[in-house]
Amino acid sequence: MLIFATTILLTVVAMIFMMVWNSMPTIKQFGIGFLFGRDWQPASDIYGALPFIYGTIVSSLIALIIAVPLSLGIAIFLVEQAPKKVATPIAFLVELLAAIPSVVYGLWGIFVLAPFIRNYLGVFLQDYFGWLPLFQGRLTGIGMLTGGMIMALMVTPIITAVVRDVLEVVPTQQREAALALGATKWETTKIVLGNAASGIAGAVVLGLGRALGETMAVTMVIGNSPQISASLFEPAYTIASVLAANFAEATDSLYLSALIEMGLVLFLVTFVVNGFAKLLVARVAKGTGTAKVT
Amino acid sequence: MSEAIHNRRKFVSSIMTTVTAACAIFAIAVLILILSYIAYRGIAAINWEFIVSTPKPVGEGGGIGNAIAGSAMMTLLASLIGLPIGIGAGVYLAEFGDKWYGNTIRFLSDTLIGVPSIIVGIFIYTLIVLPMQRQSGLAGAIALAIIMIPIVARTTEEMIRLVPKSMREGALALGAPQWRVTWDIVMPAAASGIATGAMLSIARISGETAPLLFTALNSRFYNWYYDKPMSSLTVQIYNFATGPFEVEHQMAWAATLILVGLILVINIIVRIFTRKKF
Repeated sequence: MLIFATTILLTVVAMIFMMVWNSMPTIKQFGIGFLFGRDWQPASDIYGALPFIYGTIVSSLIALIIAVPLSLGIAIFLVEQAPKKVATPIAFLVELLAAIPSVVYGLWGIFVLAPFIRNYLGVFLQDYFGWLPLFQGRLTGIGMLTGGMIMALMVTPIITAVVRDVLEVVPTQQREAALALGATKWETTKIVLGNAASGIAGAVVLGLGRALGETMAVTMVIGNSPQISASLFEPAYTIASVLAANFAEATDSLYLSALIEMGLVLFLVTFVVNGFAKLLVARVAKGTGTAKVT
Repeated sequence: MSEAIHNRRKFVSSIMTTVTAACAIFAIAVLILILSYIAYRGIAAINWEFIVSTPKPVGEGGGIGNAIAGSAMMTLLASLIGLPIGIGAGVYLAEFGDKWYGNTIRFLSDTLIGVPSIIVGIFIYTLIVLPMQRQSGLAGAIALAIIMIPIVARTTEEMIRLVPKSMREGALALGAPQWRVTWDIVMPAAASGIATGAMLSIARISGETAPLLFTALNSRFYNWYYDKPMSSLTVQIYNFATGPFEVEHQMAWAATLILVGLILVINIIVRIFTRKKF
């Protein structure tokens, strides 16, 4: 049993070692400047990761801006508002959203969401908010906004699940006390939310971790172009999607090393983000049993 | 005056109930929209020839038989590697994992679950594909196994922790050694829970694409050998979906229908089995 458990430790150690080892050529050649370089020209061996880091952060932020209120709403409805008979099947259906593979979201994104954004949502945004640089530029349906929105759908069930667990850990007496003092259902919910605040923050951070590393669906709808543009309609690129799209054809050793170094950056960032999320959720769960972090 | 405040508070409360309910309805609407569209587009293109034949040049039909076989083979090998290790690690965490080493492993498992699966693909590429100098079904299966292990470990641990302490204490009081208590008392009691966790993890890896892209790569033929590149349903869907031709898109939907159907069936079966318990 100890050997099996140790396999997990060895995997993580080997992962870090292999990735650091294989990204040595670019680390030596570009140093820290790799992270701030704006040019990405594999043909002439110039590698800068900034457009990908930018794309990863902005698309994840779009995802969170949509997914966090939505997930909070669903979780509050399931735990605080709905009767159990209604909540159980709804909770199962929301969990099914998480079971759908990433590549399927991508397929749906290309053929349903992208045309929807091109023909309706994007047109609406340009008509009413077109004065913002965010919504200028050519509207193709493939780009940063589409990537962020598809990500939002994918992280919603994950954030919802953790927020639900966190809310369920808040003692029932809190609700009873508030109701006994004459608080309405919503006022009671606000008190519960206050008590669960750090756990909810943990759920959001966990969702961020997922969004940062989301690969297939984003690769299929974000447009895959290494540029930094203020417009959300323009194509962009994320770290995960450049790996998915280009890794197989990277034969040149410096190109391969540059891609692996970006993988290393993504690995370290998600590792830290997930660890942080776990700490936040554990603070709520302390003393009342363990909250399940999926 | 106080009547007005009271009414306002009740009004705000009912508005918020409506808003949160709307959030839940929206999520379910998205689910139904996705699933029904897959069914609508998929059924139109699915037939027996599609399920058994191999890809042909665009316009000549062809199918995803080799991709189904490849996915099945890689999922099988990944399960053979991942399930024993994952379950073993889970047993360790539940039975002996309360000291610093157990906590470390638990923390690493949780963070490994959150590591993007494409990173696992890169890791296996550097570990197996580069030394072997070619992509292979073996590399793909090991990548899937690595994704599986921490998930199985954590669900196994949870299931074992649900077994009442009194059962362990009873067996220990009768003089059974620790390993027998674990093997003969705790494991059978937790077996069905561990099995459902295992099934969910199989459903999860059968939908993975990113770790297979450059480990197993793809193949146009039936391939029964693990040391050669192997096709998979998910990579095939990706290639079809990003291809330029409408025929390919149709095949992507049909393949998706098969994949999603399989994953949903596993999820629903698990749900039916576990409903009585939790």
